[in-house]
Amino acid sequence: MKQIRVRAIVIACMVGCVAVPQAMAEVSNHARNLSGSCAACHGTDGHSVNGTPVLAGMDRKLFIAQMKAFKSGERSATVMHQHAKGYSDEEFELMADYFAAQKR
Amino acid sequence: MKLNRREFIKFSAAGVALAAFPGCAAVSGGKSKGASVVVIGGGFGGATAAKYIRMWSQGTVDVTMVERNAQFVSCPMSNTVLSGMRTIGDLTREYHALKNKHGVNVINDEVVGIDSQKQTVTLKKGQLRYDRLVVAPGVDFIWDEIEGLNAQVSESDIPHAWKAGNQTITLRKQLESMPDGGVFAISVPKMPYRCPPGPYERACQVAHYLKQHKPKSKVILLDANSDIVSKKGLFRAAWNDLYPGMIDYHADATVKKVNAAGRVATTEFEDVKADVLNVIPPMRAGAVAKIAGVVDDGGRWCPVDFLSYESTLQKNIHVIGDSVLAALPKSGHMATSQAKICAAAIIDMLGGTQPDGDPAIANTCYSMVSTSEAMHVANVYRFDKEKKSMVSAPGGGVSEKRTEIEGTLAGYWLENILNDVLA
Repeated sequence: MKQIRVRAIVIACMVGCVAVPQAMAEVSNHARNLSGSCAACHGTDGHSVNGTPVLAGMDRKLFIAQMKAFKSGERSATVMHQHAKGYSDEEFELMADYFAAQKR
Repeated sequence: MKLNRREFIKFSAAGVALAAFPGCAAVSGGKSKGASVVVIGGGFGGATAAKYIRMWSQGTVDVTMVERNAQFVSCPMSNTVLSGMRTIGDLTREYHALKNKHGVNVINDEVVGIDSQKQTVTLKKGQLRYDRLVVAPGVDFIWDEIEGLNAQVSESDIPHAWKAGNQTITLRKQLESMPDGGVFAISVPKMPYRCPPGPYERACQVAHYLKQHKPKSKVILLDANSDIVSKKGLFRAAWNDLYPGMIDYHADATVKKVNAAGRVATTEFEDVKADVLNVIPPMRAGAVAKIAGVVDDGGRWCPVDFLSYESTLQKNIHVIGDSVLAALPKSGHMATSQAKICAAAIIDMLGGTQPDGDPAIANTCYSMVSTSEAMHVANVYRFDKEKKSMVSAPGGGVSEKRTEIEGTLAGYWLENILNDVLA
């Protein structure tokens, strides 16, 4: 968590944020690690190459809402209702941060 | 003005970052910069670890991956080669992107020795030094539990086809030359083994071929376990609905002996004469794990710390994938999930910081029951701080029923995971 935030802050101080997208500052390594497992179906960093939704650059509120809907059963799914139940709401937010920060 | 990564690292290490954030001196590119990681094995786990260490260290950690095969062949979905749905070529990928895009030093060679004190790996054609070593050898077979079976017999007469490649092709050819009214026998080893639903999926793929081309034939499953170990209800339904009367399931049937010339498998209770004999032997961690000294005493698998996948037996050596001793399924997706936690931890540890203390990883595994329909099992596994192991999170489970939609999703899964591992 520390490293990206620190780096972003330092860059922000020095070069006025031109080198790194602002959103990077909010994303922790823990969020990145949690999001890693999604890649098998949704591609590296959410860049799905076929079939499944692209998560890279997804609006964070939409991501969180969808995951909560899968978890509660409000939205039916083939697979995602099962994965969603394995994570906490806080973890949905972390993953949402990570994917929102990825360039589409 | 735009700082490139290296300039930035030089700069941050030079002062401001350290002075302003003294607790964060070990950013990547700090102590970890120029560190060497060697990854042994270029399967789902090893290739993912290699790629992600490069990616997540922003290229500051040097990674060398040693793989004895020139190409990657996916074991997941390789049962569909038997039905004719796919060819081995469809499942084969190159390591080019790992080299060219991610800067992994890919060496096509075989490991003959590991010195954990000197931190060196000896290859047939050279030697490598490591700061951290990742061992990802997959599985090897325990031949001596089945009389008459060995590596050579499996190549010539009784293929296991449990590592996708030549043996998969051999098994398909044997199936093609089988007479109508013949018997295709598959033996299932005791758990734990690679890909728990795999043998039952294979029975479906073989039956699919037979139903079309040799409908009087039978598939016999000789299962060393006392019941179907994965997706039981779904497989039973698929067998009954799609291949009625074609698949005979024998529980508690451990194959003790084979006769290669006569194609006979002997269990405690019976001799099964087959036209095609597909014995999947019991498994243990790949041989490299033994060379590394990371296999549990008297055991078959490798105990690890689940925060870093560092061996509990050897410092600076990490183990990922099928070789790991855990209540985790031995699957391709699981190997990639473990590889990423391991990659993150290695970068942290090289930089002198603690790994993520609260990992959660996921597994999705599809089984094709025909050339169009599939079902899955999906689970999240979380680190349990008291047990110090990974435990299944609530909510996981299997499909309600097999569907064509899942058959399509299984194809997307394959495409995406192969890209995640290798592209």
